[in-house]
Amino acid sequence: MKKNGTPIAGLAVDSAGLYCAPGGFHVDPTRPVARAVITHGHADHARPGHGAVLATPDTIAIVKTRLGENAAGSFQALPYGEPLDLGGATVRLVPAGHILGSAQVVIDHRGARAVISGDYKLDPDPTAAPFELVRCHLFITEATFGLPVFRHEPDAQEIGKLLASVGANRDRTHLVGAYGLGKTQRLIALLRAAGYDRPIWLHGANQALCELYQSRGIDLGALAHVRDAGNKLPGEIVFSPPSALSDRWSRRLTEPVTAFASGWMRVRARARQKGVELPLVISDHCDWPGLIATVAATGAEEIWVTHGREEALVHQIGLMGKRGRALALIGYEENEGE
Amino acid sequence: MKAFAHLLDRLSYSPSRNAKLRLMRDYFRSTPDPDRGWALAVLTDGLPFSFPLRRTLMDLMARRMDEELFRLSRDYVGDTAETIALVWDAPGPGQAGAGGSAPASAIGDDAAGAPWPPTGEETDPLRLSEVVSELALVGRNDLAPRLEAWLDQLDATGRWALLKLLTGALRVGVSARLAKAAVAELASFGIDDIEEIWHGLAPPYLALFAWLEGRGPKPDVGKALVFRPLLLSHPLEAADWAALDLSLFSAEWKWDGIRVQLAAGDGKVNLFSRSGEDISSAFPDLVGAWHFDAVLDGELLVVRDGQVAPFNDLQQRLNRKRVNKRQLEQFPAHVRLYDALALSGEDLRQLPLIARRARLEAWFARTRPAHCDLSELIGVSEKAELQRLWSQTRATGIEGIMLKRRDSAYVAGRPKGLWWKWKRAPLTLDCVLMYAQRGSGKRSSYYSDYTFGAWRTIATGAVELVPVGKAYFGFTDKELLEIDRWVRTHTVESFGPVRAVEPELVFEVAFDAVQKSTRHKSGVAMRFPRIHRIRWDKPGAEADRLETLMAMVEEP
Repeated sequence: MKKNGTPIAGLAVDSAGLYCAPGGFHVDPTRPVARAVITHGHADHARPGHGAVLATPDTIAIVKTRLGENAAGSFQALPYGEPLDLGGATVRLVPAGHILGSAQVVIDHRGARAVISGDYKLDPDPTAAPFELVRCHLFITEATFGLPVFRHEPDAQEIGKLLASVGANRDRTHLVGAYGLGKTQRLIALLRAAGYDRPIWLHGANQALCELYQSRGIDLGALAHVRDAGNKLPGEIVFSPPSALSDRWSRRLTEPVTAFASGWMRVRARARQKGVELPLVISDHCDWPGLIATVAATGAEEIWVTHGREEALVHQIGLMGKRGRALALIGYEENEGE
Repeated sequence: MKAFAHLLDRLSYSPSRNAKLRLMRDYFRSTPDPDRGWALAVLTDGLPFSFPLRRTLMDLMARRMDEELFRLSRDYVGDTAETIALVWDAPGPGQAGAGGSAPASAIGDDAAGAPWPPTGEETDPLRLSEVVSELALVGRNDLAPRLEAWLDQLDATGRWALLKLLTGALRVGVSARLAKAAVAELASFGIDDIEEIWHGLAPPYLALFAWLEGRGPKPDVGKALVFRPLLLSHPLEAADWAALDLSLFSAEWKWDGIRVQLAAGDGKVNLFSRSGEDISSAFPDLVGAWHFDAVLDGELLVVRDGQVAPFNDLQQRLNRKRVNKRQLEQFPAHVRLYDALALSGEDLRQLPLIARRARLEAWFARTRPAHCDLSELIGVSEKAELQRLWSQTRATGIEGIMLKRRDSAYVAGRPKGLWWKWKRAPLTLDCVLMYAQRGSGKRSSYYSDYTFGAWRTIATGAVELVPVGKAYFGFTDKELLEIDRWVRTHTVESFGPVRAVEPELVFEVAFDAVQKSTRHKSGVAMRFPRIHRIRWDKPGAEADRLETLMAMVEEP
């Protein structure tokens, strides 16, 4: 709240989610609205049916690929850093580091600034522009991994584990379950950076987005489709959506080593429950130290938490001497591929 | 203890038995003494000390982390040791500070570029053997500072492994027996060679490893009361029975209890289960009453007034660390003896069965050990008559008939043709498939775990299915594919990995017995149910009723 009691940037929560009154738009609304600013292309944030959508060019390309050319009434591309005046509020999109095209929404209004983080991470990622810190009065953050138990591992280490396992198990297929948008492409790029140059095999569901990334200039190397495979792919690396890991689809591989790339793999019981033999603790969201560090670095005195493990983060914000509030927005589903 | 932590970590995620054996074998091969001996101790009998660990940990965490944050973390993870291992804020190098571009993870020394799997114990700044020797010296109240220093030094996996070895509850899917099997593989020995001397050894098992690597003699366990590997029986198939010459065999009843080995001498007694586990502490009534020098093979039972009680009663005495007076009175333990491996210090295993039997009978008549009797021989010489006895006897406590070659020596393992077990025909019931659940490991893409039920009439006069058992084997791989397909096309409702199906598929379920159970909705529980046949031809409505199953319940 500003001193006179009005919310910063005129932000409030209604039945569709976060709404900026001066600008007349929602951010990542969970049901169709007239005007929506969309932070990134994941299905729980980018939904069809809005009148007008404002997003980065890459996000718009992703939304059109997933939901079709007519996913919204109209699309307006706003590149990173470019300011846009909407009803007295100035809106800017800056990189969030989550996936290709992901953005934080910076809103300046009557001398106060709010930053809506969307989904974000601090770790470097060859497929996404890195997180850009913006100091503000009100910081609105996600809290997917908002518990002290969540600390991700360095990328290179986890990729090293995967490659070591491939080398030690040449008679088996390595099946990597990963979220189809963002995580899969990031892992492929990391494998290439580590020197792996064999073709990487894809489940049908991964195809379109990998091709899109390549068309937007991200080099993923040689990709092949599992349905074109001439054998049961022993010794190869295959990517699939998490749901296909224990599904009939996996029967066409050789005694697969089930790997799963997600921040949830930090907790042993989660990995074992899914029958994961090779947990890879890599995530496209901030871990606990990252969340705390970012909250502190923004300098915001007021912090709202949109979704995730809000309770612990809000408590921590209190310990840091700031005002925290859980919005408990529903509709941003907990996804097992996080 | 990086290599040890890595071993435990990989064991916990590897489902396959062979993969676990290989991991342990590689660890034992590449790890020096005494670290590997202590690792073996942790994987088998545990470390020989115990601490008030829970209180120490809670005190430590109270100082290191906000109470509310810890509570929320523990509620999420569900395991205190793992929670602590994960949340521990070690003051390591490269700790993440404030700032937008700091790497998110900063704990421990598993930096990019560190070799994986990690290198051995010699170069490790904190060796497993060091941890163990310090634990042996530390007082109960001085554990906290030591523990804190170690937790600061280790990474997340190391912390988890340290806490696991302190609590003793590893939960990595490795039994003591599997660990011993891995050790045996170092010298291409069998696990029985290890079992035979195990109870005479102490960690860190230097003499054991020396012997396995050809650097030393087989450890002499002398007068220690060790477990001697058992002679195991083969199931008798129709072809074996047809070819059997009954005049060469001795027949006895197969008693429905637990196979045990009594090793007594020098005023001490050990009671071993068939896998070599020492269960003496659960049977003070037996162990305290025996004062003789012998190694005997027999069946542990509950017997009241000369009558053998149902297996269910024996189950009340098993898997207990302590027993109270009421349990001893309600479920009196008893051993029915059928073989002697040694008597008064003389090893009898080379003698033929009839000679051992004669010696056992003579010894028994002289010694009259408490809570024991001899297994009765069945004096029948005609195969047809024995077969009739086998098919008619359904007395409580009898599982079938044992056929043992009169000239057989007592050898370890399961050599074919020496001892046959002829289990009585199983009971069967035609049940309706109600729920199918995804299997685990290799079967995780198949609906292979089946819950089946029988019909009963309820108050309103309608019929309903009530679950009577669950089984996941007995069918061929081809049949599994067919059932899996049927389940997918006849699903009524899904609950995660479980599907409820239309009540139309009938299984002929075979089971050894059925007993009353207050823990089950149907009021009964089947013993060892398996899918015997799939009755594609039978409509669900014609499956059996619950009353039919209840009539098969064993009464004492």
